[in-house]
Amino acid sequence: MASAIEIAAGVRSGALKAVDVVEQHLATIAEREPEIHAFNLVMADQARATAESVDALVAAGGDPGPLAGVPIALKDNMCTRGVPTTCSSKILAGWKPPYDATIVTKLAAAGAVVIGKTNLDEFAMGSSTENSAFGPTRNPHDTSRVPGGSSGGSAAAVAAGFASVGLGSDTGGSIRQPAALCGVVGVKPTYGYVSRYGLIAFASSLDQIGPFANSVADAAQLLDVIGGHDPMDSTSIPLEHPSLLDAIDHGVEGLRVGRITDLPEGADPDVNERVEVAFDTLRAAGATIVDVQVPAFTFGLTAYYLIAPAEASSNLARYDGVRYGLRVDAEDTNAMYGVTRAAGFGDEVKRRIMLGTYALSAGYYDAYYGKALKVRRLIHDEFERAYQDADVLLTPASPSVAFPFGAKGDNPLAMYLCDVYTIPANLTGQPGMSVPFGTGADDLPVGVQVLAGTLCEPQMFRAAAALERAITQGLGK
Amino acid sequence: MSERISAEVVAKVARLARLDLTPEEIERTTTQLADMLEHFADIDALQLDDVAPMAQPYPLDNVFREDVIAPGLDRDEVLAAAPSAEHGRFRVPPIIGLDL
Repeated sequence: MASAIEIAAGVRSGALKAVDVVEQHLATIAEREPEIHAFNLVMADQARATAESVDALVAAGGDPGPLAGVPIALKDNMCTRGVPTTCSSKILAGWKPPYDATIVTKLAAAGAVVIGKTNLDEFAMGSSTENSAFGPTRNPHDTSRVPGGSSGGSAAAVAAGFASVGLGSDTGGSIRQPAALCGVVGVKPTYGYVSRYGLIAFASSLDQIGPFANSVADAAQLLDVIGGHDPMDSTSIPLEHPSLLDAIDHGVEGLRVGRITDLPEGADPDVNERVEVAFDTLRAAGATIVDVQVPAFTFGLTAYYLIAPAEASSNLARYDGVRYGLRVDAEDTNAMYGVTRAAGFGDEVKRRIMLGTYALSAGYYDAYYGKALKVRRLIHDEFERAYQDADVLLTPASPSVAFPFGAKGDNPLAMYLCDVYTIPANLTGQPGMSVPFGTGADDLPVGVQVLAGTLCEPQMFRAAAALERAITQGLGK
Repeated sequence: MSERISAEVVAKVARLARLDLTPEEIERTTTQLADMLEHFADIDALQLDDVAPMAQPYPLDNVFREDVIAPGLDRDEVLAAAPSAEHGRFRVPPIIGLDL
């Protein structure tokens, strides 16, 4: 299968037709999508039309851009003008946004072809895609198992070859964990690296958009396209970002790779074994391994599950049956809010709204939300200290390989523990990515997480590329 | 933080959140929230008196733009997505005059 970079090069030179690339991907979708259910919507007609205009531009001597003809899958919490955007929730079923997200505009300007909107845990709340109102997505490596979540649809779409690359959003691990479970590259950039204008908000101080890809280079190319300041997102960082595609060839000679000696336990032995091999691989490639401590790491889960629901309870107040989405009629407006929201939200979303409202309510604010914000600072400062000694850190991305449907039962805490290694980077705002690094139990993919300091994406991508190189060369066994 | 959350508190929080939960949902939510809060008590052991709260990761202050007129969203397109609209406005059930 051609990489996104190869597709774009072929289409730009005229050697490859974007329409043929789209048809190939639509054929793969026709074959396996009924089994996988990665998409809430396959945009076959729009994709064909976009591809035709890309080809026409090339024929006229123009350059469509660095993602010319590259089919991309968008998580269905990103606004696409006139095209249904549901967040996999009944409360938004059928809603057509009146505007495009900034990433959609940037993708179009780079020649990319949006091929569909992908399934997710409702409002991005979950780690398995089992919480979708439209049914779960299945893992392409083993359809009896979950793809991870919440961006499970995008991860599965890229793993199954339905799209060359994809976009997800990551609030507590929702890109990195499904990337690990589906055996693809998944990146959560620094908070503010990518504009969130048009990303439907879950927890605003944590949410960040990032790429899924079949290679580190493709992820770098996609992030180079979608990154950068946007006046429409006041939290986007007003800086130019260096090219990550240029960074990945630099190797890891002299790079300081940190091992968190007090990392919370709980990862399966097969996963830990792969992380050990990753350390050995980077050492062999010229990196230095150093020990660092992040004693508050283990408290990230609690801080996150107070802060994220608190912010969600506020953000999701906008689903009130007035301006968009579902309305269930009642005798007055206040009653209409209550019945609409009860009918429109699923169990996990209701649970988080309840938890968040409670953590913010009078008498409990200081004990829960206020304290969680302090723990967040503690974790942030400890990571800042760790990054004085190390350029990147390695951890598991997920404590286990893909698990069977229903494995976490109706125990929310068991599901929340899936995020234990990914959450800290959302609290601190620092970047993290999952790189496929061999297999664990039942021959299923294992992802190694590479973490780096604020805006240190170049170092993170260098380490990730070195791990990928080892696998490609048959090393890292 | 040691007292377990009660069904009465959960019912009140549901009203605050504008969620009409069924009695079964209230009961289930009470148990689940209690279990979670018990787990979240792990941070009680931390000494946090001298730690400043951190609300967002990147230190940006208020961000303003020039006060110039820019095109907004198309009104008809926005109202077309609403459950109910009339005369260029969102239409809602009665708000006042009822005992809320």
